[in-house]
Amino acid sequence: MANKIINFLSFCGLTWFIPFVRLCAGENPKDQVRDIITVIGIPIIAILIFLGFWSFTAAQIKTSLGNLPGPVAVMESGRTLMDEHAAERTKEQAFYERQEQRNAKKLAKNPGAEVKIRKYTGKPTYIDQIGTSLFTVFTGFLIASLIAVPIGVICGLNKYVMTAFNPLIQIFKPVSPLAWLPIVTMVVSALYTTTDGWFEKSFITSAITVALCSLWPSLINTALGVASIDKDYINVAKVLKLGFFEKIFKIVLPASLPYIFTGLRISLGVGWMVLIAAEMLAQNPGLGKFVWDEFQNGSSHSLARILVAVFTIGLIGFMLDRIMVVFQKFVSFGQDVVSA
Amino acid sequence: MKPPMLEIVNLKKVYPTKKGPFVVLENFNLKVDDGEFIAVIGHSGCGKSTALMMIAGLNDISDGNIAVNSREIDGAGPDRAVVFQSPSLFPWMTTLENVMLGVNRVYPHGTKKQREDICKYYLNKVGLGSALNKKAVDLSNGMKQRVGIARAFALKPRVLLLDEPFGMLDSLTRAELQDVLLEVWNKEKITAIMVTHDVDEALYLSDRVVMMTSGPYAKVGDVLHVPFERPRTRHNVNDDPRYYDCRGHLLDFLNGHDKDKTPEGLASDDDSKTATDSKNSNKSGPKSSHRSSHAQKELKYV
Ligand SMILES: Nc1ncnc2c1ncn2[C@@H]1O[C@H](COP(=O)(O)OP(=O)(O)O)[C@@H](O)[C@H]1O
Ligand SMILES: [Mg+2]
Repeated sequence: MANKIINFLSFCGLTWFIPFVRLCAGENPKDQVRDIITVIGIPIIAILIFLGFWSFTAAQIKTSLGNLPGPVAVMESGRTLMDEHAAERTKEQAFYERQEQRNAKKLAKNPGAEVKIRKYTGKPTYIDQIGTSLFTVFTGFLIASLIAVPIGVICGLNKYVMTAFNPLIQIFKPVSPLAWLPIVTMVVSALYTTTDGWFEKSFITSAITVALCSLWPSLINTALGVASIDKDYINVAKVLKLGFFEKIFKIVLPASLPYIFTGLRISLGVGWMVLIAAEMLAQNPGLGKFVWDEFQNGSSHSLARILVAVFTIGLIGFMLDRIMVVFQKFVSFGQDVVSA
Repeated sequence: MKPPMLEIVNLKKVYPTKKGPFVVLENFNLKVDDGEFIAVIGHSGCGKSTALMMIAGLNDISDGNIAVNSREIDGAGPDRAVVFQSPSLFPWMTTLENVMLGVNRVYPHGTKKQREDICKYYLNKVGLGSALNKKAVDLSNGMKQRVGIARAFALKPRVLLLDEPFGMLDSLTRAELQDVLLEVWNKEKITAIMVTHDVDEALYLSDRVVMMTSGPYAKVGDVLHVPFERPRTRHNVNDDPRYYDCRGHLLDFLNGHDKDKTPEGLASDDDSKTATDSKNSNKSGPKSSHRSSHAQKELKYV
């Protein structure tokens, strides 16, 4: 049992918790405590030093919006944001309850009456904004993957295609999202003309910008993975005279999955980083817009609230990366993969 | 007289290199009868794998012809199954799936059950009947190569090509797998060509040993008919009085075609002369012939 948990934890890269599991399983407590002190104690000390340094320096820096907030102020802002979220949800619930009661009354008076169901139009809370950002980044990431993996496979299979794509890849790879955004905005405005579409224009613009910036690592890694498939695998495919699609789905893709997932992992990281900038400019109601609005707002709490966003962005980015690591390990069949 | 199952005529292979064309094989000729087991030996780098992969259709032919069953080959195909040195199983598939992949191609009209039975039959034959659903990644090297053998035989090929299939295994596993291969082959009698660098393996398994000269311009230098009756056991073969003559013959050939003609290589030229001499003078005592050639071999590698 304990071993299973330990295997699972190390599989997910959550090695921090392993000594605790061992301790609970009654394995040589002395060793485990020493392990806990090294794997957790040291990072905690480092974090404490960082917090101390931060509050000290922050107090020295005066901005037009007051002092740079220290850890305590940021914590408080975080709590306020959660409270605002809770309050907004209560209001929303109250709104729907009232609407329901109204409609029920109407129907009681006249069963044939036409009842209107309106959507609550409160302003999005911090949690809503996190949700929007996640949805946007996953959409962009999905678009990127759907483009990058097939092209990568073709590039990896055929060195002429690779030679053809290579200059384009090299040129577009380093382009910043800020450069893409105006172009994407104009193109989306020109092509996406329905006003009652499923998605906001700002959402589409942000997602496409994320896709444009994040598809390159997936493309390059997929091509590399496919090109470096064991020659013998390809030879087996030739001896068996497998058809093109059977070869791709039964051999090429499974064999290069570790590389593909390395690429996807980098892409998701890049996408998340790019998203914030894209949302700021495109005014997509996510974390980027939150940061921008707070900056424009310029109240005394703004900097603390932005710092909450900074930590949120960091933690979510970290979690996304861990999730990708799990996938990556899951598909690599005991082969070692590069992980950083 | 049946036509040969495999006929190689004036085969040539040229690799373009930075220093100009590199002729690995030239005037390589070989005829193999249906149901014959051929072993190919030669120094490392002489072009054994190149020749084998050309027969498989996995390496282009520069000049000459290869015909299987009187028909010129055109690319790779399941009529020429290959067992590679590294087992090259697909680690994401189970043992059964690895064999099924080929069987599905070769018996497209059979039912799933029939195809599975074919795979299971061969997997049982190589001693893996109880590991059908194990992922290939969890198998030992020896077990992987057993699957490799099953996968190749299950294709019912006309020609079976083996490129040092046991080269990566420890000597115990290697002997086990030689027995497995011999047992399956005795049943199927599929024309087989096996590259090996193990003289004893060649003598135990094959009907003829083809000795290749050292490259470049490698060709068939000599052919030894292996006289032991089938079915063979390791014991019978090793105890056969002709065994040491055969073994001496092969070792002499290898020593005579030593790869490096370095200044010290002059000594090896001398050696090869004495080797021929000793072979001639030692016809009476096969054991001593073996010993002397063995001693020469040791001498050279000191
Ligand atoms: N793709 C290639 N390009 C150039 N030279 C090659 C290539 N493949 C093999 N060779 C050369 O051809 C020779 C024969 O190689 P190989 O058939 O692998 O030898 P063997 O299997 O007998 O050890 C070697 O000298 C090797 O360096
Ligand atoms: Mg070789």
